[in-house]
Amino acid sequence: MTGRQLGPVLLTARGVTRVHGEGATAVRALDGVDLDIRLGELVAVMGASGSGKSTLLNIVGGLDTPTTGSVTLAGDELSALDARARARLRRRAVGYVFQDFNLIPALTAAENVSLPRELDGIGGRTARAEARAALREVGVDHLADRFPDEMSGGQQQRVAIARALVGPRRLVLADEPTGALDSTTGEDVMRVLRARIDAGAAGLLVTHEPRFAAWADRTVFLRDGVVVDGTGRRLEPWSLQAAGSI
Amino acid sequence: MSVRQGMLALLAQEPMHAYQLRQQFEARTGGTWPLNMGQVSTTLDRLVRDGLVEPVDGTEPPAYALTDAGRAAMREWWSTPVVRSAPQRDELSIKLALAVTAPDVDVTAIVQAQRTETMRALTDLTRLKADLPAAGPASDDLAWSLVLDNLVFAAEAEVRWLDHVEARVARAATQPIRPAVAADEPTRVTR
Repeated sequence: MTGRQLGPVLLTARGVTRVHGEGATAVRALDGVDLDIRLGELVAVMGASGSGKSTLLNIVGGLDTPTTGSVTLAGDELSALDARARARLRRRAVGYVFQDFNLIPALTAAENVSLPRELDGIGGRTARAEARAALREVGVDHLADRFPDEMSGGQQQRVAIARALVGPRRLVLADEPTGALDSTTGEDVMRVLRARIDAGAAGLLVTHEPRFAAWADRTVFLRDGVVVDGTGRRLEPWSLQAAGSI
Repeated sequence: MSVRQGMLALLAQEPMHAYQLRQQFEARTGGTWPLNMGQVSTTLDRLVRDGLVEPVDGTEPPAYALTDAGRAAMREWWSTPVVRSAPQRDELSIKLALAVTAPDVDVTAIVQAQRTETMRALTDLTRLKADLPAAGPASDDLAWSLVLDNLVFAAEAEVRWLDHVEARVARAATQPIRPAVAADEPTRVTR
């Protein structure tokens, strides 16, 4: 983990603001958020309930759209794409890991991981081979034929990480991925997620557990929709202004 | 950790001379609490004086082994919890306790700056952990990784406490201030 080299920027958010409602009842869930995530980088987001963590995750994943501001993913600005193109980019570039694993109970581990690739239009044989490879990367290829209810929570979460990064997907959005796991298993899952990102992906991790956020390269703190501070590399809006990107 | 008890625990495994003791103590704790040779020699002298340790005949440099009394002291250490009743003086607790009562101090800013600093320390500790093998570490690695875990959990507890402080301060700011009751006045209940 030490001495890691970061790759090019995969995700950029600039001045992202999200307002729910109108007029006197309007709520600013996010207010002018800037964020860059590079390949090889895991960024944690922390903040109290209602600070905007989930909204940020939804917006960078293309599930929600900012009221103002922009999100650029793998070179494409999401707001410039129509709904179909956005969905296609989201499907091919982004994978999700949730607290409750969200594997499909009627499918085996390998089928859960190959499904996104089949939805991408990849042939069954290739999709299955890619799924096996993805399971091997997270150390559970021996469980390929098991159903979710035949696996422990930690094993299911490893499968979910394999699914999130199968094929060309490079951005993993993890929403409390250790929330349903005990301390040691949670740490194992973070170790796997870290290794997958080190191998050439990028991640945004939302968590309220400092011990797991510490597996990220840096942590940004949200309060009332505003980034109030961050560890590690700091955003320098003045240099961005100079470059004309705001 | 008590150096005295730590050295007794090491000598319970096998006789060692002073330099070996220092080396082993640091290996088991990952150098978290470095010892100098002076501390080791002084502690050994006291353990000999108290009859818990004795030099092994014919060893050069002299190796030391536990006496029966030393073994009994060890058994008692393992079977007695570490007493936690007296809190250690903590600069951060004192700083925040004074901040919440001081005029013109932005407690939220203090909390945020500290949270960032503690989170940075926690990230550094986690990097050290990540560099250790995940499964089946050698026994020295296991000992060191458990010491690291202790530091990790302590840093996490501090971040959680800071979250709690922030929430309490925010809540207090929205509630009307009640005058403190002087110690010599009878407490009145108002409805």
